[in-house]
This record gives sequence, C-alpha cells and structure tokens, in this order.
Amino acid sequence: MSALVRAETFDCRVAFAEELIALARADERIVAVCNDSVGSSNLVGFQKEFPDRLINVGIAEQDMVGVGAGLALSGYVPFVCGASPFLTGRALEQIKADVAYSQAPVVLCGMSPGMAYGELGPTHHSIEDLSWLRAIAGLGIVVPADPTETRAAVRWAAAAATPVFLRVGRFKVPAVTGERPFTFGRATALRDGSDVTVVATGTMVSRALEAAEEAADQGVSIRVLNVSTIAPLDEEAILAAARETRAIVTAEEATTTGGLGAAVAAVVISSETRVPMRMLGIHREFAPTGSTAYLLEHFGLTAADIRTAAVGLAHA
Amino acid sequence: MLVADPRTAAAWRRLRQEIADAGPERRRELLRERANQSRATDLHMIGRAGLGHVGGDMSVLDILTTLFFAVLRVDPEQPAWADRDRFVLSKGHTAGALYSTLAAAGFFPAAELETFAGPLSALNGHPNRVKVPGVETNTGPLGHGLPIAVGMAVAGRLAASERHVYVVLGDGELQEGSNWEAAMTAGHRRLANLTAVVDRNHLQQGARTEETSALDPLDDKFRAFGWDVQVVDGHDHLALLEAFTAPRGERPTCVIANTTKGRGVSFMEDRVEWHHKVPTAEQIALADAELAR
Repeated sequence: MSALVRAETFDCRVAFAEELIALARADERIVAVCNDSVGSSNLVGFQKEFPDRLINVGIAEQDMVGVGAGLALSGYVPFVCGASPFLTGRALEQIKADVAYSQAPVVLCGMSPGMAYGELGPTHHSIEDLSWLRAIAGLGIVVPADPTETRAAVRWAAAAATPVFLRVGRFKVPAVTGERPFTFGRATALRDGSDVTVVATGTMVSRALEAAEEAADQGVSIRVLNVSTIAPLDEEAILAAARETRAIVTAEEATTTGGLGAAVAAVVISSETRVPMRMLGIHREFAPTGSTAYLLEHFGLTAADIRTAAVGLAHA
Repeated sequence: MLVADPRTAAAWRRLRQEIADAGPERRRELLRERANQSRATDLHMIGRAGLGHVGGDMSVLDILTTLFFAVLRVDPEQPAWADRDRFVLSKGHTAGALYSTLAAAGFFPAAELETFAGPLSALNGHPNRVKVPGVETNTGPLGHGLPIAVGMAVAGRLAASERHVYVVLGDGELQEGSNWEAAMTAGHRRLANLTAVVDRNHLQQGARTEETSALDPLDDKFRAFGWDVQVVDGHDHLALLEAFTAPRGERPTCVIANTTKGRGVSFMEDRVEWHHKVPTAEQIALADAELAR
C-alpha cells in the first residue's frame, strides 16, 4: 500500500493565508477583497493584521470582482477571494471583461473548488470553473496540488502582474510536490514512467501517484505529470508524454467538457503522435448527495480508478 | 496604444484655462461650442463607420465635455500619471462620444477618428484601455463601470490620494443589479471621493425606461443607499460644473443629469429609434447646420 494513503493531509487554504499574510507584510500593495467569506476564505488573520486592506463587499460577487479590477488598475495587487462556484459563476462576465479583457492584474482566488462542499450539493460545487475560465483569453489558471505548491503559486501571483485564477483547495491532500519549484506554465513530472502518463491536477495528483505506485506492482510503469497551470498549458510536456509513453490518462475534479482533459486532448489530437486517451472527471452530471470523498468515489476519481484506467490502456 | 497629439493637448490646455478664467456666460458659451463640435465630429464618425450609438452619444456629450474641459485633473500627454482623476464611461456603447472628446483634448490624434470601427482600429465599438489613452477600463457590457469605480475610489483612499473618481452611467443600465451591489458598497464605505453621473435620458434601446422597468424615484433610491444626490439639467454646463466640483461631504455623490437622447439634433431628440440608427449624409448635413448655430 502506498505511503501516501497514510500521509498527513492539508487544507491548502491554510498555506494560502499564511503566505498571503507574509507577502502583505512586505508589500503594501497587496489587498484582499472578499464576499462575506472572511472565514471560509481563511482571511481572519489577514483581517486582524491589515484591517484597512481587507475589503469585504458583502454577498456581492459582481461588485467584488469589479472592485478588484478597480484596485488592480490603480496599482494595487488584489487577491479576490470567494467560494469558487460563486466567484466564477456569478461574476463570469466581470472576470471576462473587467479582469481578462481589460488586462487588470487581479488574482482571482477560487476557494473550496471542485466538490469540496460535498453534501451541500451541486449549487455549491465548482466543477464547471475550469471549462468556463479556459475559454477566456489572457487569463492564467493555476491549480496547486498541495500546500507547498499553493505557497509558491501565491508568491508567483503576487508578483506576476497578470490576470490569474488560483484554485485553492479545501479538501485535504498530502504533500506531493516536495522541493520542486512551481513555474507558471510548466508541468512537473513527479514520477517518471514509460508505459502510460497520468496527467493530473489539484486533488487528483496524490491519487495519481498512489495509482502509479500500485501499478508498478503489476508491472506497469506510469509517469505522473502534475499540471498545476491549466492555462497556458505546458504543451511540450504533453507532447513529450505522447512521444515517450503509449497512452495518456487525465484526472481532474472538474467536468471533462472543457477542463484539463479537454485541453490535453486538443494538444494530442493536433500532434504527430496520437496516443489513446482516457479522461477521468465528471462527465456533465450533477452530483448526488454525499461527502467529497464519497463523490470522488462515485465519479471514479480514486487512485484505484486511475490505476485501472492506466493499466487498461497499457495492456490495450 | 495610441499616443498623444501634443499640439491638440496644448490647445486643450489653453481652452481649459480660458474656460476657467471666463465669466459665467462666456464659460457656458465655450463649453456649449466645444460640446457641439464634438457632436458634429461624432455624427460624421458614425456616418463614415455606418454604426454607432448616436442617441446616447448626443445625450452624454455635455457631461463629457464639462468633465474633460473643466473638471478632471488629467494630462493627455501623461495618461498614466498615478494621481490623475479617474474617469470611467460605464455606458461603453457611447464610445463615439468619448473618442470625440478624448481626441479634442489631444489624448490621441483626431485623424485616428476616421478609423472608428474599421478593421484593426484602436477605436472599437466599445472602448479599450489597452489601445486608447484616457480609457481607464474596458466597458461595454452594462453594469460594470460602477463596481470598478468603487474599487478605484477605495484605492484612492488607501493611497491617501486627492484624486477623485467619476463614473458616467446610463439610466437604462441601472436595471443591472451589479450597480446596486456597488452602490451599497460605496454608501457603506462612505466613498466621498466618488461621483456617479447618471445620464438620465429616460430612453433605453427599445422603449422608455419608465415603461420598461421603472427607475423613479431614482434620487430616493441613491439616497437610500447612502449617497448625496443632486438633480441637474444635464445640458446646462454651469449646473453640471457646479455639481461636479461642489465641496463633498462624507458620502459618495450621485449627479442625476436630466438629458435628452439625441440632444442638439432636432429630428433625433427624444426619439427611441435613434438609439443606434445611422444618419444619412443629408441628415448629417442638417445636423451640422443645427449644431453650428
């Protein structure tokens, strides 16, 4: 059994908030904007230390994103924080027009994404966000896999001066990225392999690593690629996987209509090396009632599911 | 990104000084003349391009002219000056009125207006800050300008800057809920460095506002959201000037500028079909004659 199964797990919002506060101490331009989500965005500490720099607009996401754009266009570095379903769904046009099209360097922080709010149901799930946002030109999309990568992504975003969406996980994950540096636009191979590549993002990365360890016992060698930047996608890393391994499995806690899997498929299908693919995710369905862990199982997003898909392709 | 036209910017500076120094009647006359020149420029631009939002352009031009020629602390040759006043045109479909005004102030050469809405022109049907100096944010979809202006006002306060933020809203646009989210925020935070100007021409694309989804009593609505409100004649330059520059209290200011859609061209005035109808060459000639009076 993989050591990851027993490893300590972390809520990435903690690393997010600690890093944001540390940065804000050194840089007065950093402000936080939120929608009555001081608690759920884990901004209590930020508010305590920088009360004037925490702009809580109340339950008003369109206003929140517009206010963030106004701050960014005035030289501030706003981290606009809200539960991902409401930030992206309610303020999608503001994200498109005020942030991306206007090139306002806002850091949109989608908290508790995917199915982190399990039992609260599809209204509170944010599985469409990657599909929606990937369609918007000029918007970076970053999905850290663990606390270390979350910290690095926050540091990068604060200095990047570019519009970006940062998906900050609440569902606990083990530390998987180690000391590997986060580079915007670059995917990282967390494990090398020669038969199949599993391209994973966010909560699926640790599960992909588990799957790879277990598949090795079955004699199947799996490469695990952590794609923490969904847009712009590291096409080189995808093309290398297509050349160097025989198949690709993608895994994401999101709909497969337009997220990571669709992005990877678009690269593979346009290349010289068209390898077989399987896309794991949620296939345009609303979730039934259940905890996050239950729903990940329900939608075939466990390490065992990833392993089955990868081994199946290896033997095909 | 377009660049400033220094000669026009110098002329703008001289005219601003003349307006500032003039007595009330002369000041009114100078602003009226300037606004009507921009109206004519805009009509010709729309005629050439074969598209535009002529009715709202005509209704907002006295507001824009008063702001750019008598109020805003801006410098066309330094459009990124950090402490400039901010101006946001939330009703981005009246880009033609804004372009005419910015060109008259020297933010970019007037010759550029001939490209309006043409292939690859910097002058899109809705304004783009990345391409046009003097444009602070890309607008077009309605209900976006006020939240952004609120963010700019919060920024001005955080920076302890004297700069003031002006945002011009269409009246029909106020049917978008996002405006009222932002109005609450501005009222709650007592953003006295923010002025919202409503171009209250009573017409939206398809009908009168009051027949579509009524806005009145609009002054009471803003007051209830924590704003100071002034209701003025939106074609009276001196009344606008006074409302824009009056000492501020502790609350944001809403100037409800009562206007007439199509103002200045008799056959367009208060006619719903002139929302985005394109004038013919003959109609432009008639309009030129009326505006030159």
